[in-house]
Amino acid sequence: MHVTEAVAPTSAREQTRRRKLRQQMQANLNKRVRTLVTPEGAALNLRIATAGERAGAFLLDFTLQIITMLVIVFGIVFLASGFGIRGWQIAGAVIGILIFFIRNFYFIFFELGRRAATPGKRVLGLRVAARNGGRLKANAIIARNFMRELEVFLPLSVLLGAMFSENAVNGWINLLLLLWSGIFLLFPLFNKDKLRVGDLIAGTMVIHAPKVQLLDDIASAPASEDLTAGYNFTPPQLDIYGIHELHVLEDVLRQSTPEIKRNVANRIAAKIGWTPEPGQTDIIFLETFYAALRKHLERGLLFGEKKADKYDRK
Amino acid sequence: MNDRVMKSYRFRAERETDWKRLDLIIKRAEKRGVDGLSDEEMAALPGLYRQAVSSLSVARSISLDQNVVAYLETLCTRAYFFVYGTRSRFWERIAAFFARDWSAAVRAARGPTLLSFLCLFGGALLAFFLVLGDSEWYWTFNGYGDSRNPNATYDQLRATLYETETGIVDMLSAFAAQLFSHNSGIAIFAFALGFAFGMPTAVLLLYNGLSLGSFFAVFWQKGLAYELTGWLFIHGVTELFAVILAGAAGFMIGGAVAFPGQRSRMESMRQEGETAAMVIIGAVVMLFLAALLEGFGRQLITSDTVRYAIAGTSLVFWLGYFYLPRRQAGDARD
Repeated sequence: MHVTEAVAPTSAREQTRRRKLRQQMQANLNKRVRTLVTPEGAALNLRIATAGERAGAFLLDFTLQIITMLVIVFGIVFLASGFGIRGWQIAGAVIGILIFFIRNFYFIFFELGRRAATPGKRVLGLRVAARNGGRLKANAIIARNFMRELEVFLPLSVLLGAMFSENAVNGWINLLLLLWSGIFLLFPLFNKDKLRVGDLIAGTMVIHAPKVQLLDDIASAPASEDLTAGYNFTPPQLDIYGIHELHVLEDVLRQSTPEIKRNVANRIAAKIGWTPEPGQTDIIFLETFYAALRKHLERGLLFGEKKADKYDRK
Repeated sequence: MNDRVMKSYRFRAERETDWKRLDLIIKRAEKRGVDGLSDEEMAALPGLYRQAVSSLSVARSISLDQNVVAYLETLCTRAYFFVYGTRSRFWERIAAFFARDWSAAVRAARGPTLLSFLCLFGGALLAFFLVLGDSEWYWTFNGYGDSRNPNATYDQLRATLYETETGIVDMLSAFAAQLFSHNSGIAIFAFALGFAFGMPTAVLLLYNGLSLGSFFAVFWQKGLAYELTGWLFIHGVTELFAVILAGAAGFMIGGAVAFPGQRSRMESMRQEGETAAMVIIGAVVMLFLAALLEGFGRQLITSDTVRYAIAGTSLVFWLGYFYLPRRQAGDARD
């Protein structure tokens, strides 16, 4: 069964391997953090958006642009079709002008806005910021978006051209062009700030700053004291785990299924040698243990002892 | 007091209302801007922001609640971008651009503009004399699709200059077509390609100069130069000026990459990029005006004299607008 499988203890070697992997991932995550010191002297940690996030945002925006264009085209054609052949001509001209504006000013319009992000970026929690932490200037936004023409739309048109080219020489030239423009397209993958050429010129970067909701403090949840009166964990019991395990426990309590909570509760109880209190539920046990462990670790933090995880012994 | 109550819990309980208040203010500000905030909220904002920032540094050192730290981290980032972000309104920005920033940027780019001018008209002169010498050269610079080639007769050529389509619909179509014509593309590419040391920009300008010059030579040989000049320059002054400025923007970036001086290449590129962006957005505005002139003006006005007058006026206007010295305004708000 699923539950028992997960409870099965893992070998020491497997545990070391997992720990190494986790530390590696943490290090990778930290590599993407750029610290910005505000004029107040406080440090803000900004996280550079990954190439994947940026590509996703662009695809969303591109789709949105196309949908907008289609809606406009159908709307105008519908209106104009009542006026016969003259109507069609007007429709063609008006559509042309509107498409010109959507294509050239979509990104600039939205990034000049207060959120410094296009709808696609907003969905993925991204925004544009000045690389030096200063004000994001309108010029910078214009520069970074005109470069997009070269980075994205040129490869795109070359690709289309290559598909419809009739002779071999054109094909070869297009292939070379495609290689050349591919360099621009893939440029963000090869620098540590994930900058595209437009960002380079404009002095901007794209950061990942999603909205986070302030949730209730778990330590405040088991409010009534008589319910939790008997739960006294001894220092040796609390010394078993470290900060990483505390954070995992926080995640478990905030967002997992009852089975997983039961599973985790069983494991902790077994590990610290806990005898169940009368009327104990998994939630109460986990929440009181979380509160006790956090208090214990935070006290250690105040004394300068940071226990990173359960393997961390001083 | 419950003995489980810990420092980080009390810390949070004491400040939580203020965090949430800041959150609310920022949310409203992001939605509706400064106008969405009451005076009271505006007054409270700096204090709340500083408090949140200091809460963040405390929380990082004493709290092990991931959610609180992550929340404060994003709250402070959003508040920072609002507090230190751009303050002026969209229309103020636009007004400042036309009143001051655009012409200042163009004035700052005199050297690159001259270079760009030389590339375009150098190419044009070269092609002009080559085609005059031997009209076979025309085919080197142009495709076969155009009817306005050395084989066309005087009447055919003349007809292309005074073809009047006076219907509003046709003018609108011509305007739309002009927007999509290669000129705005050339302008944007001349800028975008600039950073490869400006070489592609130079090639692009030369190439367009060649096609322009050879075209001119065809009409010259048939004795239609005077008429063509009017036809071309009624909008061409604005259009070619825009292309030259776009090329200048490209050269600025190219120059910044090639000769960064004391600065790092990145820094130099960023600084020049800012001015160049001004020049290029201005060039797009000019191309838009040129499209209007071409779509409507050229079809309505068939008198050579009036065409020349418009061309001359627009040249004087642009030169005066860009290069006449003007009073420097004190504040440089973005």
